[in-house]
Amino acid sequence: MARVVVDVMLKPEILDPQGQAVANALPRLGVSDVASVRIGRRIEIEFAGDPDLDRAREIADKLLANPVIEDFTIRVDDAAAVPATESA
Amino acid sequence: MRIGVVTFPGSLDDGDAARAARLAGAEAVRLWHGDPELHGVDAVILPGGFSYGDYLRCGAIARFAPVMESIIDAARGGMPVLGICNGFQVLCEAHLLPGALTRNQHLHFRNRDQWLRVDTAGTAWTGEFTAGQEILIPVKNGEGCYVADERTLDELEAEGRIVARYVRGNPNGSQRDIAAITNEAGNVVGIMPHPEHAVEALTGPSLDGLGFFTSVLRHLGDRELAR
Repeated sequence: MARVVVDVMLKPEILDPQGQAVANALPRLGVSDVASVRIGRRIEIEFAGDPDLDRAREIADKLLANPVIEDFTIRVDDAAAVPATESA
Repeated sequence: MRIGVVTFPGSLDDGDAARAARLAGAEAVRLWHGDPELHGVDAVILPGGFSYGDYLRCGAIARFAPVMESIIDAARGGMPVLGICNGFQVLCEAHLLPGALTRNQHLHFRNRDQWLRVDTAGTAWTGEFTAGQEILIPVKNGEGCYVADERTLDELEAEGRIVARYVRGNPNGSQRDIAAITNEAGNVVGIMPHPEHAVEALTGPSLDGLGFFTSVLRHLGDRELAR
C-alpha cells in the first residue's frame, strides 16, 4: 500500500470566509499576531501497489479540486511535496 | 413537450420542479441519476438539493453520474437544460457553465424571498420575460456565491450572458450580483434562486417562477415550427 496526499487550497484570490471566521475568533483565544487564516482540504489516496503520482494528479485535477477556484499539490506521504504543474 | 427532472441521491426539489413543469403545461418525466437514458425528453431540469450529500464540493460528484454524461452531450447539441441551485453547481462542475459557486460570504445559509432583475430574455428559459423585469422568487442556499475570474465576468457581461442579478440586496456575496447565467448558445441556464417554488399562490411569494417553465415550452414550440 502506498499513500499519496493531495492538499487542496482555494486560490489566493478567492475569498475564504471560513478562514476569515477562524482568524476573527483568534483574538478570543488571546492570539493577536495572526495576519490571516486559510482553510483547505487534505485527501489521502491509498494505492494498492506503488504510488502513482500521475494517476493521483489526474484524480486531483478531475475530481478532488476544482481548477476554477482551487490549487492542489500532491506528494507521496512523508516525502517532499511535488507541486502539481498542470492547472495548478 | 416532455421535461425531464433528474433525481440524484440527496435531491430535494425534484418534486417541486416536476410540479412546476406540469403547471406550465409540460409532461414531467422523472430521470434517475444512475440511468443514462433520457427517455425522449425535450429539456432537462437539474433540481436543487444536496446531491451526493454535497460531499467534496457541491455538484462535484453528481457531475460524474451516468445520467449527466447523456445530459452533457444533449446540452452541447442544443437541448435546453436548467440547473437550479444545486443544479447550477452541477452545471459549473460539468463545465457547461463557467465559474463556480462557493460558500456564502457571510457563512450563513440564506433562506428568503428574493428580488431579481432578469437581464436577458434571450435564453431558452427566459423568453417569456422582458429584459429589466423584476421578479420575486425564493432563495435558499449555503454555497451560492458566484465567482469567476475578471475576464470571464467581463465576457459574461459583454455577451449578455448574465441572465439575472440580485436586486434590493445580494444574499450571498455573488460577484456582480449574479443570480443566473447562461452558456454561449443560450440553451443552458444556471440559477441559484428557486423559480419552481414560485409557481402557485398557496405556497410561493409570487407566480414569477412559472415564466422559466413556460419560456422553455415556447422555445421548444418555436423550434418545432421552424423545422
